[in-house]
Amino acid sequence: MIRFRIIKRKPLPGWAKIVIPIAAILVTLVLSAIPILLAGGHLWKSYYYLFHGALGTRYNLLETFVKASPLLLTGLAVAFAFRAKFWNIGAEGQLLAGALAATVLGVHLGSIPPVLVLPTIIIAGFLAGGLWASIPALLKTKLKVDDVVSTLLLNYVMIHIMGALLFGPLQQPGSSWPRSSAIIESACYPILMTRSRFHMGIIISFVAMLIIWFINKKTTFGYQAKAVGTNVRAAHFGGINTTAVILWTALVSGGLAGLAGVGELCALQYRLIMDISPGYGYSGIVIAMLGNLHPVGVLFSSLFFSVIIVGAQTMSRMTGVPTYIAEVIQGMALMVMLIFLLFTEFKIKVQRK
Amino acid sequence: MDNSNQPVVRMSAITKRFLEVTANQDVSFDLYPGEICALLGENGAGKTTLMNILFGYYTCDAGEIFIKGEKVDLSAPKDAISRGVGMIHQHFALVPSQTVLENIMVGTASRKGIFLDPASARQALVELQERFGLQIDPDARVWTLSVGEQQKVEILKALYRDVDILIMDEPTAVLAPAETADLFKTLRSLVKEGRSVVFISHKLNEVMGISDRIVVLRGGEVVAERKTSGTNARELANLMVGRELLESIAKAQLAPGDPVLNIKKLNVLNDKRLAAITDLNLTVYQNEILGMAGISGNGQTELAEVLFGIRSPVKGVIQINDRPLKFGSPAASIQSHMGRIPEDRIGTGLLLDLSVEENLILENHSSAAFQFYGLMKSQKIHDFSDDLINAYKIKTAGRDAITKSLSGGNLQKVMLARELAGEPSLIIASQPTRGLDVGAMEYIHQRLVKERERGAGILLISDDLDEVFALSDRIVVLYEGKIMGEAPGATASREQIGLWMSGVRA
Repeated sequence: MIRFRIIKRKPLPGWAKIVIPIAAILVTLVLSAIPILLAGGHLWKSYYYLFHGALGTRYNLLETFVKASPLLLTGLAVAFAFRAKFWNIGAEGQLLAGALAATVLGVHLGSIPPVLVLPTIIIAGFLAGGLWASIPALLKTKLKVDDVVSTLLLNYVMIHIMGALLFGPLQQPGSSWPRSSAIIESACYPILMTRSRFHMGIIISFVAMLIIWFINKKTTFGYQAKAVGTNVRAAHFGGINTTAVILWTALVSGGLAGLAGVGELCALQYRLIMDISPGYGYSGIVIAMLGNLHPVGVLFSSLFFSVIIVGAQTMSRMTGVPTYIAEVIQGMALMVMLIFLLFTEFKIKVQRK
Repeated sequence: MDNSNQPVVRMSAITKRFLEVTANQDVSFDLYPGEICALLGENGAGKTTLMNILFGYYTCDAGEIFIKGEKVDLSAPKDAISRGVGMIHQHFALVPSQTVLENIMVGTASRKGIFLDPASARQALVELQERFGLQIDPDARVWTLSVGEQQKVEILKALYRDVDILIMDEPTAVLAPAETADLFKTLRSLVKEGRSVVFISHKLNEVMGISDRIVVLRGGEVVAERKTSGTNARELANLMVGRELLESIAKAQLAPGDPVLNIKKLNVLNDKRLAAITDLNLTVYQNEILGMAGISGNGQTELAEVLFGIRSPVKGVIQINDRPLKFGSPAASIQSHMGRIPEDRIGTGLLLDLSVEENLILENHSSAAFQFYGLMKSQKIHDFSDDLINAYKIKTAGRDAITKSLSGGNLQKVMLARELAGEPSLIIASQPTRGLDVGAMEYIHQRLVKERERGAGILLISDDLDEVFALSDRIVVLYEGKIMGEAPGATASREQIGLWMSGVRA
């Protein structure tokens, strides 16, 4: 009889942190061959167009960055929250809150000096997302309401608030569609490269990544959040105000997601529509996990995701494999990564009897 | 005892490793019918691991086990139970909200068809109780029973399952002296009927008093086997620790100074909202170790938690250095200049998944010395950590090593280093050496004595009487949330303290 036992393994050396995600992505691509072949695609051709479509031309490469920007922000939002064990599943709703705030201001801020419009919108979008996230944080710290459930459910609340506004006060006059008026010109993110959609929001998300990295590594707040995330009882015992840490974490986390909403609105759509986000908030959860909750890891996993999303378009056009394959690959990447992470802590021992 | 019999249990060349730690190395152990065999050894000597292997709780990496002459492969406790092996752990496996009878029936075949059959179970239980003198109301809910009574339920549970090889892991750790005597009577009546008992302990007097044969483990190996009649406590102690035990710790004569801790009329509730501490008055002075003895569960945990700032009292006043302590705030306790060593260092005291350095700076990371407008001063923090690691001889790969890679003794050194770094005027040490080996224990004791000489007042809460006697200038006994009595450490008698601990005011 053969028995399998799962036992703890010794801690892995530091380089494993870099090798494991790369290995996970390679394994994902190997496994993705199965659905591609099942869909009738030619394997090498499919992979060629997948990567060529995302990285092969100047426009596509820049488009990959455009797609990566909201994913990076929502990924950071989730990673920052999870690090303090604030289970924020609500980045989607916080993104919408940010977009909503940006819409209201972007349509109506014509009366203030144009240079102040964008800073105002960015701050307001950050705060809107942050405050929306602080609701479940308050419920968690004051009433012990489960944060997974409350953050998730507030997504639907926000979607319906947005719907009500888009069919009501925010609806473009004369339109019968659920869409707002266009934002004024000074509210639009500048395009930084000609003949592309490479916009200022991409820089903002990259800077946000650096700031989060800095907060985590160099500040007392980053230390406190980590302490709360590893052992809230011991953190409390050690004199850390755990309630404040969770509230601030929620504010920053929601704020990052809110910035993603601002970017989608002010750089790409210029008006609020119901499908402003194709689920970036949910993808953020996967990206945060894939990036092992580390800001740099999140950067690379968001780039990987956007490569797959952008490349899948070309692949689909050239080989007939449906674009849904992108979602299959994303899901597979998470599964593989989680399994790999499991084996960084445990190993299987085979016993023969 | 008849050693010419075949052994009822034979464990041969058992080896068990946990990662790098070898818990048992090539251990052989026999158990004969009708004997009480004591497994003696320090914490971490491998006694419990060895018995957990016999109980099917762990599987061994190498070695063979024979029960009643048959080679067995135990992959779960149920395999052991079906062969008549029962084990009673330190933490009981009872359902508090159910009755004694229900607890005993759990998982057995006391059924008629698909229905439970409490009537015949009750009859069998009453029979067992009469045979072994284990009188407990079968309909009492377990949570209403004392620890000693709960232990009886565990024994009955084992007997009900026809266990004839009973392993008891430190059974007296939670008992009052009178309850211990009761337990010993029960164990003797069990072996008289041909059953066998393994008695795991590190208490020499008990082992001498109850066992027929003693197997001494040290560092995962068997170092000696003696007939109880042919040995004495002194020899066993030396075998157990491998060197002469320190009788007591050298302590300078110091006159107590000003009061550092003054507790007046303190009332505290436990988690069940029942009184844990009632109208407690207590004073600790500079240059003094006040030992608080008592069987665990008499309010020690709650008292410490109030002082630590993680539990709020109902009423009362606590003054530290003549300033009132703000309740329910760990930060306030830290600022009152208190060194806090919690009994649950793993769950409450330390952040096991973070580095040693991150644990050392937990309480003062936001002090001006270590941060500037929220930015951490890394170099200062590194220096601070390295200094403490050196000063306390913490065995670690470095300040960045993950804390859970440290041994139990070194974990407690991290705890101590952090709490004593600020030279606190008051130290609350709650079970500071629980679960530590003798070497680490000695280190901690010397540290506490050094702190006393520095001028600190120390409240030492411990259920280890040896520790209380070795260190204390004064001893108080806590019983049911009240001080039962107080005696000077130098002249207190164990008998007197023991009586107070079991609630006898003499």
